[in-house]
Amino acid sequence: MSQHYPALLVIVPLLSALLISIVGWLNKRLCFPIAVVALSVSTYSSVGLLLRVLDEKVIHYHLGGWAPPWGIAYRVDHLSALVLVVVSVVALLNLIATQKSVEQGFSEKIGAFYTLYVLFITGLLGIVVTGDAFNLYVLLEITSLTGYGLIAMGEDRAPLASLNYVYMGTIGACFYLLGIGYLYISTGSLNMADISSILPGLYDSNVVLAAFIICMVGVCLKMAFFPLHGWLPNAYTYAPSAVSSLVAPLMTKVMIYVMIRLMLTVFTPGFIFSKLALSNSVVWLAVIAISMGAVLALGARNMKKMLSYVIVAEVGYMVGGAWLGNRAGMTGAVLHIANDALMTLCVFLAVGNIVYKAKGYAFEDLKGLFRKMPYTMTGLVAGALSIIGVPPTCGFFSKWYLISGGIQAGQYAFVAVLIFSSLINAVLFFRIIEIGYYEPFGADHGHGSSPIRMAEAPLTMVVPLLIVAGGLVVMGVYTGDIVTNIIAPIIPMGLGN
Amino acid sequence: MGDFPSWADPVSPAHNHVSPRYIEKSMAETSVPNIVTAVLADYRGYDTMFETTVIFGAGVVCFFLLRIPRKDEPTVRRYRHMLTGMTIRVKETRKIPPVLEEFERIDTLWAPHDLIIKTSCRILVPFLQLFGLYVIAHGHHSPGGGFQGGVILGASMILLAISHDLRTAIDRMSERVHAILCPVGVLIYAGTGALCLVLGHNFLDYGALAGILHVDPVAARSYGILIVEIGVGLAVMATMIWIYNNISSKGNYDEGL
Amino acid sequence: MSDLIPFIVDNYNYWIYITLLMIGLYAMIAKKNLVKKVVGMNIFQTAIILFYVSIGAKKGATIPIIQHGHGEGAHEITASVIEAAEYINPLPHVLMLTAIVVSVATLGVALALAIRIYNRYETLEEDEILAQIREK
Repeated sequence: MSQHYPALLVIVPLLSALLISIVGWLNKRLCFPIAVVALSVSTYSSVGLLLRVLDEKVIHYHLGGWAPPWGIAYRVDHLSALVLVVVSVVALLNLIATQKSVEQGFSEKIGAFYTLYVLFITGLLGIVVTGDAFNLYVLLEITSLTGYGLIAMGEDRAPLASLNYVYMGTIGACFYLLGIGYLYISTGSLNMADISSILPGLYDSNVVLAAFIICMVGVCLKMAFFPLHGWLPNAYTYAPSAVSSLVAPLMTKVMIYVMIRLMLTVFTPGFIFSKLALSNSVVWLAVIAISMGAVLALGARNMKKMLSYVIVAEVGYMVGGAWLGNRAGMTGAVLHIANDALMTLCVFLAVGNIVYKAKGYAFEDLKGLFRKMPYTMTGLVAGALSIIGVPPTCGFFSKWYLISGGIQAGQYAFVAVLIFSSLINAVLFFRIIEIGYYEPFGADHGHGSSPIRMAEAPLTMVVPLLIVAGGLVVMGVYTGDIVTNIIAPIIPMGLGN
Repeated sequence: MGDFPSWADPVSPAHNHVSPRYIEKSMAETSVPNIVTAVLADYRGYDTMFETTVIFGAGVVCFFLLRIPRKDEPTVRRYRHMLTGMTIRVKETRKIPPVLEEFERIDTLWAPHDLIIKTSCRILVPFLQLFGLYVIAHGHHSPGGGFQGGVILGASMILLAISHDLRTAIDRMSERVHAILCPVGVLIYAGTGALCLVLGHNFLDYGALAGILHVDPVAARSYGILIVEIGVGLAVMATMIWIYNNISSKGNYDEGL
Repeated sequence: MSDLIPFIVDNYNYWIYITLLMIGLYAMIAKKNLVKKVVGMNIFQTAIILFYVSIGAKKGATIPIIQHGHGEGAHEITASVIEAAEYINPLPHVLMLTAIVVSVATLGVALALAIRIYNRYETLEEDEILAQIREK
């Protein structure tokens, strides 16, 4: 069965999403166990794939038995395997941690909720593992549609935020589709490896240039790269807390994976860095993105909006790192995909716990929480330290690679803005920690009527948070192994020094 | 603009790399004359499975967003006698039969009973469904297939809902039926693929069905394509009805357009 | 000037799809009513579908269904008889079946969201909704 891991990874969640949808009409209590089983099988397959890829370098799987480019092929290499493991682990931990708040918020439609949840993860896993450009578009649409539905079930402004996300996300996906169409009319194929073998003869063509720009703009829209980030703060703030801790760590990071996949596999680095010489301009755009993300986060008035702007800045880190054009920069970007997913999951899970207990996420709701909810706040502090970039958490190491890549490439503005945004993150999070630690748990807590007694969040919500917080430190300590074994083989030899 | 191929240019790269094999070999490899169906359901069948999942996901999202769980029936109902135009108000003191032959129920979005429209649409619906089944089954030999036939089947039920009222259509096909039929349709598709996986071939490799159906692999592909097209047709029909019911009644399932 | 006419006529499918694309994009950006934006989104997606289908055309070719493919003549149809130049390219049609389904699904989701917004704010005009939000 192990040669079918690439297919099982995506098929088992798909079949169980359909099963959850049927079972939800008959017996609501079975939905959660089926989802847990499905995501556990995915996690197991993705870890198995990672171990196989460490031996075999690239794994191919032909769906329908047809060889590419006539059929659809899966192609798993080190980059895909790393992101697969990250996605499935984040999804599973989030599923377990948010069970209680989902039961509280969606008690009648729980079958539909878990169907959409598992379909979202199916789409993400499929995006990472596919080797066919059009298949990526279809899976992107599954992810997007289920994401729109999940986000819209939040509080009062959520449907409007989700509709704005619909508009911008659809334009982004359609631009990607258009770019694929331009690639098709110049090469005649839809398979990523096949396109990259035909393209070198066509580097001078206007069609390929147009395809590249259109694809990149589409992907930038979906990953919320400033100034195309307008949908993200509202969508992530007003979504239900169970949904924001699912969508926030994963959606933008998988889009960055798509960008890196397009850069490395389809349009090879020779085209992007030597022929187009766009590296400077994109790194400057990333500098603006990071600084605007940091400044807007300072102006946010509640926890979730602040964290959403921090995500906008993190996307700037990864885009800048990938476009620096040298090994250290690309290593930093790929490492930051994994690290940022974990960090974001950690802080959003902590905020989810706070919302479950304190019923609000404004800064005033944090008063005195260090005494009342110590474990949750420990998790929040661990995530905060990682976002700021304090060793030995993993955030420090990916920032280290990005900074050294920036120095090597001579992009000193990028280095300066990385340090500047770490300082701003420190200000943001110390402000929160100060409110939580020093302010007394006063009578104005909880909007008036709730009692003074408040306990820690239930065990199923705290244990995954602490596992993720521990995972941040573990990832930091093992960074060297990860970089040498998993990330270094990804970067082709022609990419700088 | 010189790099873009001109309109209908037969030697552009798009026509010369992957497509010639589809055109030349699909009859020999799948015994299906309609090349579009062969490519859709066999060569690129994985995409089609996810496309069916997209439409299923949209149905679930509309249900998730809009459906208001069943609330109590109002205590006062209004009926209008169709022949004389007299309206009556009935209080829920005793059991009211759900369908009264000569009375029609008045809602806020009520349109008067029209004999011509109701009768002609009632006669038309079975022919529409027959045509929908024909389109699904003849996807191999003429333009058609699962999606097209499924939409026609769904349109037949929506025609019933528009010409009569939503309650009549829901009596014919209740919410539970079409909400369960939708994932069943996608399960037929994914289940066929999983069956091929269990039998040892790759996912969605219909050649694996040759052993079960006792035919040669080429004919097994043709039958595999038919099975998945039926699954797609079911899923699309159920989703069209589900989305229409949710959107037109704003989630209440009582009065439609 | 003499090569402007062929420039437009040879590539007229591109000009049509670009026009539709810009109309759709204009509607999504400039109109204030949420449903008009949804219509603009649909026009935008339709333009891309039109583009893909237009690149599958071939001069003098017929629809991609093998002629005499069923019935008694089916046995004589072997690979040597079928010419690729007689049939148009089937792959863009296949891809666009998927894209049409995706656009219908997105339309359904967008309309469901519009209904929820209407239930909440009693209006579908963007500026009135923003005014209501600002008042809170």
